[in-house]
This record gives sequence, C-alpha cells and structure tokens, in this order.
Amino acid sequence: MTTRSDTQTTAAPEGQAGRVRLAAEGVRLGYGDRTIVDDLDLEIVHGTITTVIGPNGCGKSTLLRALSRLLAPSRGQVLLDGRRIDRMPTKEVATVLGLLPQAPTAPEGLTVGDLVARGRHPHQAWYRQWSGDDEEAVAEALAWTGIADLAERPVDELSGGQRQRAWISMALAQGTELLLLDEPTTFLDLAHQVEVLELVTRLNTERGRTVVMVLHDLNLAARYADRLVAMKDGVIRAQGTPAEVITEPLLREVFGLDARVVPDPVAGTPMVVPIGTHRDR
Amino acid sequence: MTATLNDPGVKVPGRRPLRRGPVSGVWRPRNVAVIVGGLVVLVLALALNIGRGEFPISIPEVLAVLVGGGDAGQQFIVLELRLPRSLTGLLVGGALAVSGAIMQSIARNPLASPDIIGITWGASAAAVTLIVLGGSGLVGSLAAVGLPIAALVGGLGTAVLVYVLAWRKGIQGFRLVLVGIGINAMLTALVHWLLIIAQVYEAARAQVWLNGSLNARSWEHVVPVGIALAVLVPAALVLSFVMGALQYGDDTAKGLGVRVNTARSLLLLVGVGLAAVATAGAGPIVFVALVAPQIAQRLVGSSRPPIGASMVIGAALTVISDVIARTAFGAVELPVGVVTAVLGAPYLLYLLIRQGREARA
Repeated sequence: MTTRSDTQTTAAPEGQAGRVRLAAEGVRLGYGDRTIVDDLDLEIVHGTITTVIGPNGCGKSTLLRALSRLLAPSRGQVLLDGRRIDRMPTKEVATVLGLLPQAPTAPEGLTVGDLVARGRHPHQAWYRQWSGDDEEAVAEALAWTGIADLAERPVDELSGGQRQRAWISMALAQGTELLLLDEPTTFLDLAHQVEVLELVTRLNTERGRTVVMVLHDLNLAARYADRLVAMKDGVIRAQGTPAEVITEPLLREVFGLDARVVPDPVAGTPMVVPIGTHRDR
Repeated sequence: MTATLNDPGVKVPGRRPLRRGPVSGVWRPRNVAVIVGGLVVLVLALALNIGRGEFPISIPEVLAVLVGGGDAGQQFIVLELRLPRSLTGLLVGGALAVSGAIMQSIARNPLASPDIIGITWGASAAAVTLIVLGGSGLVGSLAAVGLPIAALVGGLGTAVLVYVLAWRKGIQGFRLVLVGIGINAMLTALVHWLLIIAQVYEAARAQVWLNGSLNARSWEHVVPVGIALAVLVPAALVLSFVMGALQYGDDTAKGLGVRVNTARSLLLLVGVGLAAVATAGAGPIVFVALVAPQIAQRLVGSSRPPIGASMVIGAALTVISDVIARTAFGAVELPVGVVTAVLGAPYLLYLLIRQGREARA
C-alpha cells in the first residue's frame, strides 16, 4: 500500500513562500461588554513560526482564540487563505487549521493511542472511524513524536512532558498545515519546555507546518520564533524578527522590565537579562 | 478508498482495525464481550421473571415458548400475560441507560444523569398533573392516552430550563448537576403538593405510577416504548461519534471541527427523549440511568459510557430488579422503582463522596 497520509505534507511548495495563510483585519475582540483587543491587524505568513508575547492580560490568548475561530470578532474579520473563517464549514477549517488549547483536558482513562486517533476526527464520519489513512497517520504521528511505545498507556498516567507530546501528536495526526498553540509549555520544567519547542520547530522545518503560538518565556520565544509579535493592552507594540522586537526600550515599554539584552551564547538570538536587585555572595 | 482487509498488521497498539468497504472502526473485544455477556444475563433474567408467578413455568420452558414452542396454555401465560411486563421493563431500562450514557458524556460528569438533574421528575410532574387534574372518569381515561406526551413535554421542558440556567459561556458539568439537583427538588415539592390536593383515588393512582411500576403492563405499553427506542437508539449510536470529540472540552472539540452547541443540543434532545419515553412507560424508575452507564464503562474499561453496553446492562438491571421486587417479599409485590432505588442509592452516595473529594483536592 502506498497511501500517502496527509501528515506527510513536507516543506512548502514553491510559490507558497511569503503567502499569507491567516490574517486578522481590524478585529475587535472581547467577552461580553469588555473589549480586550480593538482594531488589530496581523498577518501570518506560510511556513513561519510566529510567537505572540506580552504581559498577562494583554490579549495574546484572546487573539489566538480569534485566529482559531473559537472567538468571533465583534468587528473586523479573520481570513484563512483569503476566506472569512467564520463563513467556512467548521469541519473544513479543521482540516487546514489545528489548535492546541492551553492546558487541554482528556477524559479519565483515555489511552494515548485513542487520544492521538481523535485528531483524525475531521477526516472521519460516524460509519468511518478508523480507515487505513487514519491508521497510517496516527501510527506516523506517534512515531514521529516518540511516544509509540506509550500508545496503550492512559494519558493521565503520563508525565507533563509526555502528555504535551501526546497532544502535539494528536495535532500532527490531524494533518493541518496551520497549527495554533496556546502556551504549549505551561506547567513544564525547563528541560521539557525545550523538548516541546524543539518538537514544534521540527514540525515547522521537517513538516512545513505554519505555527502560531503564545509563549511566556521571552528567551525561549526569541530562540524558537521566526517572527515575534509583542502585545500590550490589546495593541501590537512591535513585530518582526526576534532581534528587531526584543530590545531594551521595548521590554521597558511592554513589560515594564528593566533589562539588558545580550546575544544568546548558543544561538545568537537576543537574550533578556533582568536588572533588578542581585545578591552578591 | 480501498478496504485494507489484506493488511494484517496493527499499526497502532490497542486499536485493531475492523473494516469492510467504506465502513471502518476499531475492534474492541471487551466491549463486545460485555454486550454478549449482558445479553445472556438479560435473557436468563427475563425467563426467570416470566416463569415466576401463580403458575410457575421453568426457565427452559419459558425459553421454549419464546422461540415458538410450548403448549397453548403456556403460550397464553407467557406471551399474553407475562412477557409484556418484562419486555416493558427491558425496554424502559435500556432507554434509561442510553439516556444516562448520553447525558453523562456531554456533561462530562457521571452525576448528570436524567434522574439526578430533574428530567425524570419533570416528566413525572407533568404526568401527575394530568392524572390529578384529569380525574377518574372519561376525561381521566382520555388523559391516560396523553400521559406519554405530557411526560415527554415535561421532561423536555425541564431539560431546557436546567440547560438555560446552567449556561454560562458554555456548559460546565458540575454546574449543570447542581442546577439540576435544585430543579429536581422543586419538582419533587410540586409533585407532593399535587398529591395533597388530589382526590384519594387519583392520589393513589399517581402514587403507584410514581414508584416506577411495571404492574399490569400490556402490549399497548410495550409498543410506544419500542418504537421510540427503535428511532432514538440508532440516532444515539450515530451521534456517539461526535460524543467522542465532545469529551475533550469545548475548545478541543471545536478545533476538531465539531459544531459543539448543535451537537450537544441534538444529543440532549435524544437523551431527554429516551428518559421521558421511559418515564411515560413505567413511571420514574430511579438510578438505572445513573448506575447502568457507569457499570458498563467500568466493565468495558472505556473513557466514557459506551452506548450499546449501557443499554444491555440497564435492561438487565431493570429486569433483575423486577424479579426481586416481585418475589423478595412473598405475596407483597414492590414497585420495581423501589428496588432500583435501594440498589442505586448507595452507589449515588459513593459517587458524591468521591466527587466531593476530587473537588477539594
């Protein structure tokens, strides 16, 4: 059998580079009467990793929810490949755009294999719940994220890092070209944060996935993003390469943080060193 | 797409494929074993229940009649007198269990079954209103025909009320349960008030009905419940595909392309429909909808209550309870609802204590 499963979308076809896949145009976002983001524009370019940073409550998760159609803008629009995302059938969107919510929950007792297989939902119907393509894609996603040997283990017995890999594996099995991740490293220790972000990077470089994510850690954001978007009070204050965005004046303005910015000794990307008080011993 | 019957390898451990033409699924042997085992128990309990009575008939004889044998006398006793009662119990139990499985799944909480969150009592309150206000004469007889419809309307109305009151940017399981318990208490009070203002005869009639009784059930009770099940259970099985995705939280489900609110409303409609039809058929038989899906889930070892296994176990549980209700106290026949309550209440306490611990942890 030579079924080419759709997780195997490799690097961007020629002519895709530079194409805007996802765009917010003049969106106003909020909950009830409370407006959090107003008149915001953003473009996500094919094949890039875009990371949104900003202090707590700046609207970065709200923006990600709007981009993933979980939150409808009260003004403006979100376009997926040039089409209004709210007018597309939600199942069709789910074959192009996958998302990993912040701290997602799995039902108690669910196995890793069943979790990852759930990623195939948009490709299935009630009578077709485990096709050959589904099986190929899930087996591949499990292997690729290094959790094939955990397939029969319950998700709630995994460590935090393994669990996050299982969720990313599910998103991979979904086979979408775009992937939106809301703080994928929350609750993980540094080693596992790096592990997850390495995985995300490989999704981008080896699988051609276009990634948008929200991250808290500025140094990791600078290390693992092609483009950074810095938000404060619902407004984009700066966007561009990490070197363009992570500057001492911007850190003061956006985060209220006095810090030095020095080159990361490993990657050369900007590294934030807070000033604060330090203790000499 | 080609069937891959010639592909012997299981590529994902624990998910052996089952494919024929365009139809595919995962082979879950434990699920099948529980359904088959449950069916055997169900048939034996049914035969035992039918055999008991003034003219005892042995289980093999009952089974013989059911497959077309036996003498004329046995055929009359089994098929005309006793089978409808047991069959009503079977169908009602199955309907309640499927209803419970659906509601527990969409609320992601085992306590969110129709008998806890007021659906069953909503159906009962409507039915009792009809019994009490309809009187006992001709109007009363006419009202009896409308009983299933009243129960259905009462059940659906309660469901909408609970759902609306529990809604806050989506449905969260525990809030739904708490609101439901409150509504349930109000409906219980309403029913008691109706019983007090009712004439003695109607009150007695309502009381028998309220205890969840299978007494004097004939084919005319079997048919409507049977038809409702024939429509709603396949609907539940089709919708259970979406139920799997709804288990994950609304954001994940939406990300997987599920129209969450539409799917949940449809499932709720099917679940409430089943509970209301069952209640109309035999009164509020409590705890079957709560317990059967949970037993089925534990036996199958799945992450949510399985529809098919729940149905078989709910049916078996109800028929077994009826056997106990009819025979445990000699000449006195208890309503089946009393037995299910006695069996189910300890389990409810267990669930409440466990959830309380989890909430505190």
